[in-house]
Amino acid sequence: MNTITKNIQELAVSLLRDKTVDIVIGFKSGTVPMSSVPFVAKTTEQARTFIWDTHCRLNLANYLTGRKEKIGIIAKGCDSRNIANHIIENKISREQLHIIGVPCSGMVDKVKIASEFTEEIIEYTEQPDSFVVKTASQTKTLLKKDYLRANCSTCMHPNPVIYDQLAADRVTEPLIENQFADVNRIEALSRDEKWQHFDDLLQDCIRCYACRNACPLCYCPTCFVDESDPQWVGKGTDTTDIRTFHFLRAYHCAGRCTDCGACVEACPMDINVRDFTRKLNKDVFDMYGWEAGLDIKNRPPLDTFNPDDPDEFIK
Amino acid sequence: MEIIKIKKSDWAGGIDKSRKTYHLFGPVKHKNHHIFRQLENNIYPDMEYMSSVLSPKSVLFPQSQKILVTSADASGKACHIFTPPEQDHTPRAVIGIRPCDAKAVQLVKLNFDTKEYQDPYWCSAFEATTFVGLAVNTPSVLDFSTSAGSGPFAQEGLDVLLVDCKDHYLAKILSQKGKEFLNTAGFNEKEDPKAADQVIQQMKISAEKAICSVIQTQHLKKKTVLELYEAPFWEDIAFSCISCGTCAYVCPTCWCFDIQDETQGKTAVRFRNWDTCMPALFTRHSSGHNPRGEKIQRVRQRFMHKLKYFDDKYDQGIMCIGCGRCVEKCPVNIDIRDICNLMNAYKPEKESDAGEIKGEIK
Amino acid sequence: MKNPYTPYPVKIDEIDIATEDKSLKTFKFVFLNKADEDNFSYKAGQFAELSIPGVGEIPIGIASSPIEKGFVKFTVFKTGVVTSHLHKMKTGDVMGIRGPLGNGFPWDRLEGKNIVIIGGGFAFTTLRSSIVYMLDPANRNRFKNIDVVYGARSPGMLLYRDELFEWEKRDDIHMNITVDGTDDPDWKYNTGFVPAVVEAKIPEADADTFAIVCGPPIMIKFTQPALKSLGYQDSQIIMSLENRMKCGIGMCGRCNIGRELVCKDGPVFTLEELNLTPGEF
Repeated sequence: MNTITKNIQELAVSLLRDKTVDIVIGFKSGTVPMSSVPFVAKTTEQARTFIWDTHCRLNLANYLTGRKEKIGIIAKGCDSRNIANHIIENKISREQLHIIGVPCSGMVDKVKIASEFTEEIIEYTEQPDSFVVKTASQTKTLLKKDYLRANCSTCMHPNPVIYDQLAADRVTEPLIENQFADVNRIEALSRDEKWQHFDDLLQDCIRCYACRNACPLCYCPTCFVDESDPQWVGKGTDTTDIRTFHFLRAYHCAGRCTDCGACVEACPMDINVRDFTRKLNKDVFDMYGWEAGLDIKNRPPLDTFNPDDPDEFIK
Repeated sequence: MEIIKIKKSDWAGGIDKSRKTYHLFGPVKHKNHHIFRQLENNIYPDMEYMSSVLSPKSVLFPQSQKILVTSADASGKACHIFTPPEQDHTPRAVIGIRPCDAKAVQLVKLNFDTKEYQDPYWCSAFEATTFVGLAVNTPSVLDFSTSAGSGPFAQEGLDVLLVDCKDHYLAKILSQKGKEFLNTAGFNEKEDPKAADQVIQQMKISAEKAICSVIQTQHLKKKTVLELYEAPFWEDIAFSCISCGTCAYVCPTCWCFDIQDETQGKTAVRFRNWDTCMPALFTRHSSGHNPRGEKIQRVRQRFMHKLKYFDDKYDQGIMCIGCGRCVEKCPVNIDIRDICNLMNAYKPEKESDAGEIKGEIK
Repeated sequence: MKNPYTPYPVKIDEIDIATEDKSLKTFKFVFLNKADEDNFSYKAGQFAELSIPGVGEIPIGIASSPIEKGFVKFTVFKTGVVTSHLHKMKTGDVMGIRGPLGNGFPWDRLEGKNIVIIGGGFAFTTLRSSIVYMLDPANRNRFKNIDVVYGARSPGMLLYRDELFEWEKRDDIHMNITVDGTDDPDWKYNTGFVPAVVEAKIPEADADTFAIVCGPPIMIKFTQPALKSLGYQDSQIIMSLENRMKCGIGMCGRCNIGRELVCKDGPVFTLEELNLTPGEF
């Protein structure tokens, strides 16, 4: 058992034992290699099944919306930023939460790892900076830093921004020189190439809405794609409808997205949905110097009015 | 029983020959995974594939399908009188379908081909289709087909079973449709059926042995719906579910659909789309009332349908063939194998809790 | 192969505003093709999909009675996209009807029995169909006593008022019309909720009595103990359910309650049957 897992378990057990919280939300092991399962512990016994590894990719803030109890929650950097978002947007109150922060050294990209092998991965074991992958005919040790998820490799806020306790020492916050290199690459494409890029990107979308449902920002009681009166979007597989869904969802997340990557993690078709949200994150950063969820005082720029707004349209 | 030997060097030629009569569908490598799709003239099925991310159910049941069309032009005579669009009944062959996926088609058939109603779109596509299966020599760690009423060499629902024997395939003919397909493809080198079948049997045994994942289903049938429905484990199972449609969309046996109308220019179209029981919208009345408004009810519905209601209704076993797709693709790793085993092993604490009849109507 | 998704083309022949708040309208449809009318042979308690091309379909109980020939009638509450659109349509407009669907009331089992009809609000449509059917001279002697309790919020919200008051005058049917409340001094029928009227006016059960209950969930919930106190067994209580439906032919999957498909195995079930299900309605 790694130290963080041990610390998380101990902290969660004591929170439940002394009734500081009613439940603790964390991760437990999955049933297939390279997976984890969001899990709610109500008893100290259950809290002893919490784990922490580089597959805790989903964003647990997604499980907070509308809950009434006193909640303990395990939060890495991006989860904590989404918790901050939730607090700002009145989806949960700070007083309800006891945040066990986990300084994060990044999650690994299971698709990238799988693509290294022609056979299926049957076992995965983790070591501090590396991991061992087993298939039917080979065993390979790979370095974590080479297989970080794209969003983790450009993350500058790996430490939780709000927390009550930490389950590990803070990690050094890297300064990424060109953190929007991926967006710049797409921006530099010609009009036709861009069209091709996004066409290709969404080609496999099956409209399961896993991206939306894994996203802590997508808590609308009725999403615009599910409205029937008026019906904004067709429900079939028409490419216009599929694009409309992704574009509008991304815009709805502008200034709120923490680039946690839960959308990409959830997509069964491995679509890099972040190509949309990243562009808006860049724009919001360029225009307002804003990064979402860094504190619980400031509202995102697109839901505030400022007389000094650099844009003319609002005046 | 007839068994044909197909040299791999003859394979592509036979596939090409069959294209003159059949529309072919098969597994094709696409980005990070394999998908089942119609094969254009220079595309061949990738017979080395392990599994497809989506099941081949779309060959008979496309994600989105026009079912009725009419003119919305009020000046015309047939305005607003719906008729079905023309359908293509050209024979089709699904090449390389895994045996469990073919069994899934048989389960879906119970829904679309009933005593009272036949779904004309699914049924006519089914009639037109020849299923040329590929036995699975090396099952995935997620494959639990042998304990889910199928197996890596299972024959149910197949017209031909192909067995990969390194430099050649053995093709076991299982129906007249299968025989016709092989004839059309020009595959006619007969093997001694007894010897060839022995080879197949040997390979079958070792493939089945390689399956390391099993579910227990033997007690499900005799449990009452209500005792399972009221079991305490659903809340924990449902917690992580994000109510997306992944499990249903990747599943070869999930058939639920939505019906939608659209007006495109002066044409009104009614089409159906895959749907899923996971979002609340699925059962919400226009009044707002919702019989399955809570996530726990929907998660329970999914597994109760597959593992209990289905067998109670059709007496054909569970509505799962053990392909492992949902286990692999669920964003939060909700594992039907665990749930099935939990249900199978579940014993209510008090006998009286179990069969207690609900006297009150909600 | 018959295509169960293709609606019969019909023309709207007549539209009646059914309630004072105009939220319900009764549509009378005539078939464009005579053969379709023959094929649309139904029994009371069945429903059909009203189909508006480009807009959608909606499952509605058939309000006309099998003995009424030459047309079919549906009383429709304006609530969602399709019903709102339908409420804006005019006589002469062409649309579609798909059906008849569902099992209808168990007329074989009801033959020779006392029938108690309990309805509330706008769920009275298939009950109206049933009463007209039973009162038909050709059918009346196939049933023993007929007792009816029908309630609405106010007199103006009662459906089929003219018929109700006609039936009141007859001696081969015992009507108990009730409203939740009214300030009309001339109101000569009951005031009070359906369950209370049931308890006060409905005969006690014997082995030869069936009660058919259709209404909003709250009415159904409180009517059930009332019937129980009158000695009705769960097998003698017949209900018609309204889960969300799309296909109407048992294929699209959303209307199930346990293994039962409300559109095809129902919508009519006895309470005894429903007790064996998870009750998701």
